Amino acid sequence: MDWTALSVSLQLAGWTVLLLLPVAILAGRQLAYQDFRSKGLVEALVAVPLVLPPTVFGFYLLVTLGANSPVGQFWNNLFGQQLVFSFTGLVVASVVFNLPFAIQPAQRGFEAIPAGVREAGACCGLTPWQSLWRVELPLAWPGVLTAMVLTFAHTLGEFGIVLMVGGSIPGETRTIAIAIYDRVQAFDNEGAAIMSAVLLGISLFTISLTFWLSRRVGRRLG
Amino acid sequence: MALDVDITASAPIPLRVRFRVEPGEMLALVGPSGAGKSTVLRTIAGLWQPARTRVAVGGETWVDTEQGIALPPHRRRVGMVFQSYALFPHMSALDNVKTSLHDRPAAERDAEARRLLRLVHLDGQATRRPAELSGGQQQRVAVARALARRPEVLLLDEPFSAVDRRTRDTLYREVRELRDRLDMPVVLVTHDIAEAELLADRMAVISDGVLEHEGTVGEILCDPAALRHLGLRDMGASLSARIVAQEEDGLTRLECAAGPLWLPRVEGQAGNRLRVRVMAHEVLLAREAPVGLSALNILPVTVTGITPGEGPGMLVELRAGDERLLSRITRRSALALELAEGQSCHAVIKSMAVARDHVGRPVD
Repeated sequence: MDWTALSVSLQLAGWTVLLLLPVAILAGRQLAYQDFRSKGLVEALVAVPLVLPPTVFGFYLLVTLGANSPVGQFWNNLFGQQLVFSFTGLVVASVVFNLPFAIQPAQRGFEAIPAGVREAGACCGLTPWQSLWRVELPLAWPGVLTAMVLTFAHTLGEFGIVLMVGGSIPGETRTIAIAIYDRVQAFDNEGAAIMSAVLLGISLFTISLTFWLSRRVGRRLG
Repeated sequence: MALDVDITASAPIPLRVRFRVEPGEMLALVGPSGAGKSTVLRTIAGLWQPARTRVAVGGETWVDTEQGIALPPHRRRVGMVFQSYALFPHMSALDNVKTSLHDRPAAERDAEARRLLRLVHLDGQATRRPAELSGGQQQRVAVARALARRPEVLLLDEPFSAVDRRTRDTLYREVRELRDRLDMPVVLVTHDIAEAELLADRMAVISDGVLEHEGTVGEILCDPAALRHLGLRDMGASLSARIVAQEEDGLTRLECAAGPLWLPRVEGQAGNRLRVRVMAHEVLLAREAPVGLSALNILPVTVTGITPGEGPGMLVELRAGDERLLSRITRRSALALELAEGQSCHAVIKSMAVARDHVGRPVD
């Protein structure tokens, strides 16, 4: 069992969720309430990672973030290290790749709030910010929670992007999914089986946690 | 502080509405559904902004498109009761009301919210969530929440349309009581003329986004031109009456300016005054005092006007004592009776034809 890889995976998933939480709330809310001309295009762009093979997506990210790219050079000048093949680069890639998993469920959550209820918030004197905290998030949170759980579970299992952007540096970019692949390559089926079982267990646990929580919310609002 | 509203827009729906509501006065916006009544309320609340709009309360301008002023909804002190109540489903009744009190010191909030729930007779249900309340109770929470805002203007958007008739009667009485204690302008949107008549002081008729007629409830309800927009079935006039006696066979004897009226049991005591709405299509006319007739109410009246309708009908305006009455009859009958202005005749009103919710609540 490669505990370091598990730790890298959990950290990666944790950071991705943390960074995507505000993005999911603000972008999901905006997409749910606003009707603008380019909305279809924006929604399509957000959904692209769902249909693109991870290797293709990873390739583009590698090119965009690589040492010779403007982004990569900017990063290098700023922090004196390269973005690709580092944990930070993995986080950036993971955030981008998980946009649809974070934004779409959050958007559905906000869409489920009746327009009248939001308007009532404003008529009660709540500023948009107060309305978000007191009225909208408490009502949309099953969607936001689903978004975060999906992002977390999906990041744990991501393979193609991680390999393309991060490689397999122990303690830095070797996640548990990569470690499993390495074990299989090395004919260590037993090690692969143990890690796979751990990953399966974590995924099952997080998903059942969401289902349980959303059912509780459903009953509460009955 | 009076409310002044002036709205002009051509899209998405044409609007031309201008009115003023004095403090303590209730204006009913009536008209067919889709006429733009709710849009007017939403404009006052700031939830919608037509092309050219001016809304001012007292000296404060809430929106003036020409001057580029537009306060966001949360900075306007409006109390809004939505058609579907729009209560916050995740909060108890008490917390719903407290949300409107968020700008008050924390120590006051709870007591004030409980006072308002008591005012709408909901003190026992404070901890319940909206899903656990009946339609009428939800409506009361919505009213309490609107009042908690300490509004400068109270807006009621079809607040009674989602509750059953019995609950509505109770709510009417409560809103009337409440209205007498409030000193802010109140705007009520309704498509129900009887409701407007029971609750409002003045009425504005909106049709296709245009304010066609405005006046006191009495004036509008006797004005055939105004009533044209409200549909023939809603034409009627209202008589002021006084309860004389409760009779043993279940009828109540009342007295109006033109004579005695018998109606199915009206709750109240002798001497109580109330208004009775008599629908134009329920009023028969006779040249001679009819005999051998089942209808109990026969009032001597004078014809004051005859307006031909678009179909085979005519609207006859009558003077009953010092009040007006409307009768809708066929053109053929009008010809046969040789009706003309100034002519005396008899208006016949079946007791059973006066609907229960057309009889107002008694006042002393």
